[in-house]
Amino acid sequence: MSTVNYSDKIPNNVNLSEDRTLQRALEGWQPNFVNWWDDVGPDGSTAYDVYLRTAVSVDPQGWAQFGHVKMRDYRWGIFLNPGDANREIHFGDHKGEKAWQDVPGEHRANLRRIIVTQGDTEPASVEQQRHLGLTAPSMYDLRNLYQINVEEGRHLWAMVYLLHKHFGRDGREEAEALLQRTSGDQDNPRILGAFNEKTPDWLAFFMFTYFTDRDGKFQLSALAESAFDPLARTTKFMLTEEAHHMFVGESGVSRVLARTAQVMNELKTDDAQKVRAAGAIDLGTVQRYLNFHYSVTIDLFGADQSSNAAIFYSSGLKGRYEEGKRTDDHVLKGQTYKVLEVQNGQLVEKDVPMLNALNEVLRDDFIKDSVAGVNRWNKVLEKAGIPTRLTVPHKAFNRQIGALAGIKMSPDGRVVGEAEWAAKKSEWLPTSEDFAFVASLMGRVIEPGKFAGWIAPPVMGINRQPVDFEYVRFG
Amino acid sequence: MDMLVEAGVIKQHLIDPEICIRCNTCEATCPVNAITHDDNNYVVRADVCNGCMACISPCPTGSIDNWRNMPVQRAYSIEEQLGWEELPPELSAEELEAAGVTDAGGGLDAAVQVEVEPVVTPGEAPFMSTSYGATTPPWSAAHAYTNLYAPKRPVTATVTGNFNCTEAGFENETHHVVLDFGAMPFPVLEGQSIGIVPPGIDALGKAHHPRQYSIASPRNGERPGYNNVSLTVKRVTHDHQGNAVRGIASNYVCDLKVGDTVTVVGPFGSTFLMPNHPKSNIVMICTGTGSAPMRAMTEWRRRLRKSGKFDGGKLMLFFGARTQQELPYFGPLQSLPKDFIDINLVFSRVPGQPRRYVQDAVRERAADLASLLRDADTHFYVCGLKSMEEGVLLALRDVAQEAGLPWEQLAATLKKQGRLHLETY
Ligand SMILES: Cc1cc2nc3c(=O)[nH]c(=O)nc-3n(C[C@H](O)[C@H](O)[C@H](O)COP(=O)(O)OP(=O)(O)OC[C@H]3O[C@@H](n4cnc5c(N)ncnc54)[C@H](O)[C@@H]3O)c2cc1C
Ligand code: SF4
Ligand code: SF4
Repeated sequence: MSTVNYSDKIPNNVNLSEDRTLQRALEGWQPNFVNWWDDVGPDGSTAYDVYLRTAVSVDPQGWAQFGHVKMRDYRWGIFLNPGDANREIHFGDHKGEKAWQDVPGEHRANLRRIIVTQGDTEPASVEQQRHLGLTAPSMYDLRNLYQINVEEGRHLWAMVYLLHKHFGRDGREEAEALLQRTSGDQDNPRILGAFNEKTPDWLAFFMFTYFTDRDGKFQLSALAESAFDPLARTTKFMLTEEAHHMFVGESGVSRVLARTAQVMNELKTDDAQKVRAAGAIDLGTVQRYLNFHYSVTIDLFGADQSSNAAIFYSSGLKGRYEEGKRTDDHVLKGQTYKVLEVQNGQLVEKDVPMLNALNEVLRDDFIKDSVAGVNRWNKVLEKAGIPTRLTVPHKAFNRQIGALAGIKMSPDGRVVGEAEWAAKKSEWLPTSEDFAFVASLMGRVIEPGKFAGWIAPPVMGINRQPVDFEYVRFG
Repeated sequence: MDMLVEAGVIKQHLIDPEICIRCNTCEATCPVNAITHDDNNYVVRADVCNGCMACISPCPTGSIDNWRNMPVQRAYSIEEQLGWEELPPELSAEELEAAGVTDAGGGLDAAVQVEVEPVVTPGEAPFMSTSYGATTPPWSAAHAYTNLYAPKRPVTATVTGNFNCTEAGFENETHHVVLDFGAMPFPVLEGQSIGIVPPGIDALGKAHHPRQYSIASPRNGERPGYNNVSLTVKRVTHDHQGNAVRGIASNYVCDLKVGDTVTVVGPFGSTFLMPNHPKSNIVMICTGTGSAPMRAMTEWRRRLRKSGKFDGGKLMLFFGARTQQELPYFGPLQSLPKDFIDINLVFSRVPGQPRRYVQDAVRERAADLASLLRDADTHFYVCGLKSMEEGVLLALRDVAQEAGLPWEQLAATLKKQGRLHLETY
């Protein structure tokens, strides 16, 4: 077993070298992590030098250092945003008390569960994306994929740090188990459904990073409000990195749309088959992918009514998105929120206690944020003079979780019968033919400055490098 | 700090709303809280931002790196910026002058305005592995007969053997099937394939189309001197997307009993053929049933060696499967002498072990492969799942380039001389 030079190899601002117990625990975990990376990390990439952004400290100079690095040698670090010794809990029943530096006994199990669930998503997406390097549409995109992968790896470290530092033996076992579950594994899958779905192609990857990593943004934002100060500080720092992932998704889909629009204009057609024949992704396929990823992702927020959500909030474990900017009483007792339900075949709104509806509140915040981005995609089409617009489907469309699970619903929000669902499903969700078509476009392009025919080049390079910069050196 | 204000001009820091993804990174980073947002936009307060640049590299999009020369009195307010859908254009020198600003460009740092000119080729063809495959056989290959039996005039063969050549009870069951042509002429060479016509009709009421299977036996028969061939057929139970389906032909073949008769068309293939001259080297890279032609070639070389006809040529095999249990012919492969064939097995799904793919092994054996790549007597064969093809070729390319062999040139030579053959399905 290799020992690790922590201050050098694992940059951290948690005084790792002075905490012998923690150091030993992480020494045990580190080689397993590297094995996991080698085993299910990015496929066939070990020899590459990738132009990565690495965080070596949390100050602005330290957390965005660019350079060519082998991913295995990426400085997986443990960073907490700078703390404030006088920070107060600012929501829930403990409002006004001092934030906790340690885990209060009565919240131990819940906090551990929250951290494990968050931690589990980080390696899962690396596993889901491991094959994508073989079909990257450009060297620029390949680099972005790898950047995401290493940051997910670092986020795993961040959660594992909390488990080891604050949860004793249970924490160590949970940390171990994070490396044992595998996305999509029949016997030992990842905890959340969306993280066991496949990411078969780059369109799916862009949708995933747009929608599902945005779920990450909202979950991390809610945790960044936590009364448990180490969790709040850890997730705050993770949020700054998560941004890049959403960027890859948002700009990725934008570039797909830009290329499709270009092809449509060149051929003067909106016929999907002609667009496909020209090697671009037709807008119908993009919409179906969007429908799928959107609906799978909003399921990640959990049941629309949840007593757990109420407990997490009242006890100060997990706040709302931008809790600090809201102007209500931050206790929420006696308040209500509208959730959807189906009654007699009709969707109806129903008032439920706000505290129980906090998953729905977060989901609605997410939806607002997602829709804004979809509108930015539509601007791409608008500018190109294409009349089609993308839309997000109805909140109740294709849901598997909560009161809306199992209801057959059209994207525009009509409750439909089994027969209509069966007849229209292939217009609403990607079909195996769509997948096969998109898969047929996936070929690897890795010469600097060249791009596959189904995607437009980006507006600018990474870190003000030119677009044809050698982002990856294939050693 | 006053560096942004000079001669009544402010170099105003703005965010491009068309590129910004509203990720909040800049707001979280800015040490002086100069950045704020609403539902529409992220914006910079001109009177607070001191141009420290702390937000520039953390911004994932580059949208934050925009600067406009503005008369101080006319700096864009927060409210204005929040309403933007795109960045307003630069004020021209005349406009600035009209606003009472002299020497508009002077004293401003032009470096931050440098724009990146994309040097790109959209729509350029991706790496097309198939384009590297040869369309001619090696010069020393024997002459192949093809299409002796067309679908309109098929031939009947009798099943004389059928057994599972992977470990029983594991996924991806693969059968070794022997078909005998009796007195009907059916000359074949290693690397060719035949077509099996499954009985019955498809969903449209038409006869099933024939499915192709590579021949796994050498030219003089599965059993030397007999008019028979063997096939290596994987029972298809899932399609390429992983959905459960029951493959028509493969299940039919795997379920055949000794004595059954089968409708056959072919043989097919006149290029994926082995070299005959004694010094030729053969590098075989395969996954799963892609091993069928490799088995045929290996067995032919083994028979020749036994009869003392071959000594020089090297055989190197890269063979991938998910697990050892799913690898066809695992047992027989183990008993081949090491000085006869250099075998590299890789498994992608062994619990507790890192996943390894054929291209990983190709890279690991770079040194030996480099010298084989230099040798004009070496022939390369790639067969198996479509998805392996590109990875393998990229690995070969890397091996070549590391050894100082310019790939495109080498690949063109290999193709022209019929020395690199691809057959994936
Ligand atoms: C030149 C050539 C050589 C071949 N050599 C061999 C060989 O030596 N051994 C061998 O077993 N096969 C070989 N094949 C593949 C074989 O021809 C059939 O495609 C395969 O057996 C499936 O046929 P099926 O009738 O069982 O499935 P079908 O009923 O035709 O198809 C059912 C579904 O399975 C999918 N599918 C087809 N093949 C596979 C597969 N291999 N894995 C996963 N899903 C699949 C199809 O897309 C379809 O969705 C070869 C193909 C070619 C073109
Ligand atoms: S340049 Fe500095 S002060 Fe201005 S917005 Fe960026 S981080 Fe804040
Ligand atoms: S960091 Fe960049 S992309 Fe993110 S909100 Fe700020 S300007 Fe926009």
